[in-house]
Amino acid sequence: MKALSTEHLLGIKYLKNEDINLIFETADHFKEVINRPIKKVPSLRDITIANLFFENSTRTKLSFELAEKRLSADIINFSASQSSVKKGETLIDTVNNILSMKVDIVVMRHPNVGAGVFLSKHVDARIINAGDGAHEHPTQALLDSYSIKEKLGTVKGKKIVIIGDILHSRVALSNIFALQLQGAQVKVCGPTTLIPKHITSLGVEVETNLRKALEWCDVANVLRVQHERMDIKYFPSIREYTQLFGINKQLLDSLGKKIVIMHPGPINRGVEITSDVADSDQSIILNQVENGVAIRMAVIYLLAQQIKK
Amino acid sequence: MAKKTLLNAKDIHIILHRLACQLIENHNDFKDTVLIGLQPRGIFLAKRLKEILQNDYNISNIKLGQLDITFYRDDFRRRDEPLAASNTTIDFIVEDKNVVIIDDVLFSGRSVRSALTALQSFGRPESIELLVLIDRRFSRHLPIQPNYKGRQVDVINSEKVKVSWLENDKKDAVYLLSNN
Repeated sequence: MKALSTEHLLGIKYLKNEDINLIFETADHFKEVINRPIKKVPSLRDITIANLFFENSTRTKLSFELAEKRLSADIINFSASQSSVKKGETLIDTVNNILSMKVDIVVMRHPNVGAGVFLSKHVDARIINAGDGAHEHPTQALLDSYSIKEKLGTVKGKKIVIIGDILHSRVALSNIFALQLQGAQVKVCGPTTLIPKHITSLGVEVETNLRKALEWCDVANVLRVQHERMDIKYFPSIREYTQLFGINKQLLDSLGKKIVIMHPGPINRGVEITSDVADSDQSIILNQVENGVAIRMAVIYLLAQQIKK
Repeated sequence: MAKKTLLNAKDIHIILHRLACQLIENHNDFKDTVLIGLQPRGIFLAKRLKEILQNDYNISNIKLGQLDITFYRDDFRRRDEPLAASNTTIDFIVEDKNVVIIDDVLFSGRSVRSALTALQSFGRPESIELLVLIDRRFSRHLPIQPNYKGRQVDVINSEKVKVSWLENDKKDAVYLLSNN
């Protein structure tokens, strides 16, 4: 069997297409496991995983935690809000203290770009990036692609538009890398203030008209408007944003084709997407959540396999 | 590598019918019995037995599943080669059933140990039995013995027993492979 070409999962940027295929194949098996009466396998009995969340997270943290438990790993959790980080400890000190408790894998979310890469160079553990600033969120992109593949059979040749706040989104960047690696076409759509200036250098097109973007695509991945990251006004009002970039049922039904709707969560219902769209049969939002556990199990399993006894 | 034929197609044909009859002796109409072939090589034997029971002995509704034990192995991270998983398909409930685990060769017993653990994820069976085509004597690492066996062979550890199936390897046969 093939192995991953990398020792850490720091970003999609560092993966090859074969790695993604291997992760998807392994996730298929884990998806079957998590639908059994007893949803647990003993593979990682002797592995300890630290979940370090220096930034708030609900679903990613829960999803990682569940994936780790389903693999029988021992886990310790850490959130920056209740820790010595507040007392002035550096990242390396924090992590080395945790590693001296014999931790094999670190899952980390951090507000700073490149925190995972930095850590991988300074500590002796496998690092999984669970989001670093507005940079990458690789497991989210993997589960998004996996969900597209599950729904449409393949990612190759499909047209995907990522809608909304591209500027503050690590989900957007990782998705662009992952989708392009698998041969999909990607467009981004949103207010020009929320689209990074040099995004076209990644080979994606920018579309500012939502209707045109939806008419073009097979899949619309709708992102959340990240109010908490906006220190200045990027658009005049939520109401205006909703009118120009919000997806509602009427718009969706007027397209003349059934596109797939995705959202990484948490949803601002009534802002970027209305409730009837989020809950419609075109939406695969809850499949994304289920697939998230299987994908994270696959990533952890494949990285753990490289740790020799 | 030297290759010696232990069983030819005719031997295997006779053995499969004998094993099928032994199963019928203990399980009658298979109402409360399920067959589980172990991935990757046990599924050929399991399918073959199901066909014989259905076609030659008119037993219908035999439940057959396939179980992959990769995630339950005790040598995870102890091998150089990563372990590749296969599909598990068990679309029935094993709770209170008599389960017959089926594999081609019984060697160290570790696969069967893993299978026993894996089966627990699908419920609590009434009983579990083991059926193998080839029982390699003197090589067990664990206290596991088959309830039904096709042929017992005495093989030293450096030698390999290879079962080839018509549907996968173009021919029914069992070979002994050795280095000299």
